[in-house]
Amino acid sequence: MILDDNRDSAARRTFSATARLLSALKLDGPLLVGLGLLSVYALIVQYSASGQSLETILRTLMRIGIGAFAMIALAHSSPNFLRSLAPWLYGVGIVLLLVVDAIGYVGKGSQRWLDVGLIRFQPSEIMKLAVPMLAASFMHERRLPPDWRNLLVLAAIIILPAALIAPQPDLGTAVLVFATGALVVLMAGLQWQVIGGLACAGAGAAFVGWRFLHDYQRQRIRIFLDPQSDPLGSGYHIIQSQIAIGSGGLFGKGWMNGSQAQLDFLPERSTDFIFAVIGEEFGLLGLIVLMLLYLFIISRAVFLATQASGTFARLLGLSLALTFFVYVFINAGMVTGLLPVVGVPLPLISYGGTSVVTLLAGFGILMGLYSHRKLVNS
Amino acid sequence: MRIKDQWNEQRIYSSRTFAAMLIIGLLSLALLSKLAYLQIIRHDYYLELSQGNRVRQDPIPASRGLILDRRGRVLVDNEPAFQLELIQEQTPDLPGTLQRLAKLGLINPEDIDPLKRIIHSRRSFDSVPIRLRLSDEEIGRFAVHRYEFEGVELRARQTRHYPYGELGVHALGYVAAVSEDDLDRIDKPGYAGTTLIGKLGVESAYETQLHGLNGYQQILVNAQGRSVKFQGAYQPDLRAEAPVPGRDLMLALDLPTQQAAEAALGEHRGAIVALDPTNGDVLALVSHPGFDPSLFSRGLTRSEYSLLTNNENKPLLNRALRGAYPSGSTIKPMMALAGLTYKIVDPERREFCNGAFHLPGSSHLYREGKGGKHGAVDLVDAVARSCDVYFYNLAAQLGVDRIAAFASQFGIGSLTGIDISGEKPGLLPTPEWKKQAFKRPQDQVWFPGETVNFGVGQGYLLVTPLQLAHMTAQLAERGESFRPRLVMGVRDTNGAIVRNAAVAAHGATGISDTDWALVLRGMVGATTYGTAAAIGKGARYSIAGKTGTAQVFTVAQNARYNEKTVAERLRDHAWFIAFAPADAPRIAICVLVENGGFGASAAAPIARRVMDAYLLEGPVAANTATSTSPAGSTASTGDHTP
Repeated sequence: MILDDNRDSAARRTFSATARLLSALKLDGPLLVGLGLLSVYALIVQYSASGQSLETILRTLMRIGIGAFAMIALAHSSPNFLRSLAPWLYGVGIVLLLVVDAIGYVGKGSQRWLDVGLIRFQPSEIMKLAVPMLAASFMHERRLPPDWRNLLVLAAIIILPAALIAPQPDLGTAVLVFATGALVVLMAGLQWQVIGGLACAGAGAAFVGWRFLHDYQRQRIRIFLDPQSDPLGSGYHIIQSQIAIGSGGLFGKGWMNGSQAQLDFLPERSTDFIFAVIGEEFGLLGLIVLMLLYLFIISRAVFLATQASGTFARLLGLSLALTFFVYVFINAGMVTGLLPVVGVPLPLISYGGTSVVTLLAGFGILMGLYSHRKLVNS
Repeated sequence: MRIKDQWNEQRIYSSRTFAAMLIIGLLSLALLSKLAYLQIIRHDYYLELSQGNRVRQDPIPASRGLILDRRGRVLVDNEPAFQLELIQEQTPDLPGTLQRLAKLGLINPEDIDPLKRIIHSRRSFDSVPIRLRLSDEEIGRFAVHRYEFEGVELRARQTRHYPYGELGVHALGYVAAVSEDDLDRIDKPGYAGTTLIGKLGVESAYETQLHGLNGYQQILVNAQGRSVKFQGAYQPDLRAEAPVPGRDLMLALDLPTQQAAEAALGEHRGAIVALDPTNGDVLALVSHPGFDPSLFSRGLTRSEYSLLTNNENKPLLNRALRGAYPSGSTIKPMMALAGLTYKIVDPERREFCNGAFHLPGSSHLYREGKGGKHGAVDLVDAVARSCDVYFYNLAAQLGVDRIAAFASQFGIGSLTGIDISGEKPGLLPTPEWKKQAFKRPQDQVWFPGETVNFGVGQGYLLVTPLQLAHMTAQLAERGESFRPRLVMGVRDTNGAIVRNAAVAAHGATGISDTDWALVLRGMVGATTYGTAAAIGKGARYSIAGKTGTAQVFTVAQNARYNEKTVAERLRDHAWFIAFAPADAPRIAICVLVENGGFGASAAAPIARRVMDAYLLEGPVAANTATSTSPAGSTASTGDHTP
């Protein structure tokens, strides 16, 4: 979109027309371009990973459509409206989580979904937005950095949904919900010594909490430490994804030529392990391109957040922008063997789930916060 | 207040955003280095792993080479048969699967444990045969239940076929399922897909040539190990290599001669070895009793096997190569040559045989084996009529060292080097040997009387039928010696026969032509007026022979051996060695009949029938085959297959 030296008036007219349209829709051009490129990348990879399934592509397009709709809608919402919405959204989210957990308890099995007629819907996704919104709105009326009393309230806001989601069992989403809330607190200027103290307390709690983890979750951590110890069982995922990535080399085996992915050796290849498909088929270069796209999106999102007006807007914006990186890092880390396998999708690339909608909605909020900055200032 | 707050907040945001971007940068670098490690440093390693993941080599077994007789008649070939094969990694419950197969009666319950061990010692993706040669009824039984046996497949493979059954089994050997012991020796990948391996005789000795090279077909497999044509757009470059069939072996064995030999030996325990003295070709090799080789290629149960091993007639023992017996008088022609060469005897001088011999200063009597007195005999007579007294005297004068040195030139006490394994060297006794063989000092002394016994092939001397045949061939060729060989060539893929040159061995040297001629006269005399005169009658060729009778138990000093009163197992072994035609020998033969009694009556007629079969019917045709094109010879000279 660098057209400074371009003296062609038609192009300039088109450009200014696009800018006007974006401004009317309250969308951010650079961020939209980044997201668009990422979506195209996603469709290319999903086509290969799903085994040339056009249905997969159509479903993804449909989700992107829904996500884009949510993005535009939320971009129009003012920070004040979002702030007033926060407690309600949070409340509804908690109730739905309780319902899901109750159904799961009655059904004696794992339960994440809520069937609402036509759409199946994951209430935990709501919390990815509701938690940072409520935390940011709580801090909006208070002095930064948060004092001890405020910190306790924030901790409750964050831990309650995470604690409801984790036993579904969905450790990945629980971690993300926790991260998105914690980022609000961190960005609000929580003192480093407090962070250090909490980290130590967290380590202690993890030691105790180990006993409350599901067997399969413990196994995932054990296997993470030594994937080779159980090559046909839990370690299989990591070993196969490392083989896929490693065998891809610098340039990859080529689109739809990844033998690991195409021959079923790589499990969950179009969902949680799609990062490995990219590594196998497009090599290190493909992954670097992907990482650069992500970093561009994150930088732009952070920039938008810092330009927003008001404590609520800034904290929420920074949290949403940085959570996006947490997403990327946890997924890439688990697929490459840096982190345990916790079941976090690669944002906007993995197929399925409602995360595409939530993520685009989050970016809509970010754009809205940015486009509403002057209104607040004036 | 409000402004100050804003300023403070701005400061917090800036520093925190900076810290966050710093952390993002660091974590991205960490991720990047992990990726660089996987995709650049360890790239080759993972690439190989991913190759191994998706491509499996499916072996195509090479068809085993045929075994032909010297004129191209098929002695051993292959026939298709159905067998059960199991792939370990595709079998969810191996013990249960084997149990259920046993319950269906498709495998023997006692084979389950050995099968498990064999399956575990093969690679998990190898298809391991677990039951060979299913009958039609068994195929049907399996087909009905096949869905209960994941990982077990019914496959058509080639199996070994022996059209003549037991014929020549100790020469041909047999094949059996690859066993645990075999797996330690062989190149496991090279035998992937191979069901049967040679176990004995030619089948074992020429295993590498008969086996050929298994080919393979690379197949694309998915994570479940199933073969797929392609998956998605991914279509790799799959390679295939056609198997190289095993070479067809052409044996020196002559089918009609072998058949005649087996028929002539009949139900006797014993062995026959017939050689072509001019090149070492084994024309016939019989060890009776034998066994049906196809028992092994269809898979023998343990009880069947123990029945064979515990049989008192020892059908698994190759008597021709491994049976060690006293030679009896068959070594007399060689002793005569020794006496002549060392100038101990004057061939013209007649010695008087009164039926017994004693050493000077000893009262111990060495009797004529059959009793009786030969009167005055010269060297030729002594050989022809097998005069023990003459040779007692000769041996005593020669001394054990010279006898042993001379006998070793004829291969006594050493391996002939025949091209199948299992041969035993027998025993050539010497004073040095005796010192080492016995513990008590008084037993370690070599007594002069032992030399006397040596002269007539008794005492410690032990020979195998093959060794005697080999010695006879040297007598026929005046000392020239060839390594006995069962395989004389291979048939290459175009059908052309590639012949191996005969391998010369160390023979007997330093014997004058007149001495050879004298001994030949003695041996011809044996079949004309001597001990074996009966078999020379009506022969259309001249035979040079020598009978032998090997004592199984020692007759007391003043007693006489009476064939009728001695139990069958304690009767003497009957020997006969011969070559013919005497003036231009084409066959040298050794016949042993265990507990047959006298060589002249039990063994010699058998030798005659074998020589008739070879010299009167086969030889002209065989010679034509040898000198001209062998492939077409069968048609031009007539077929002798029954």
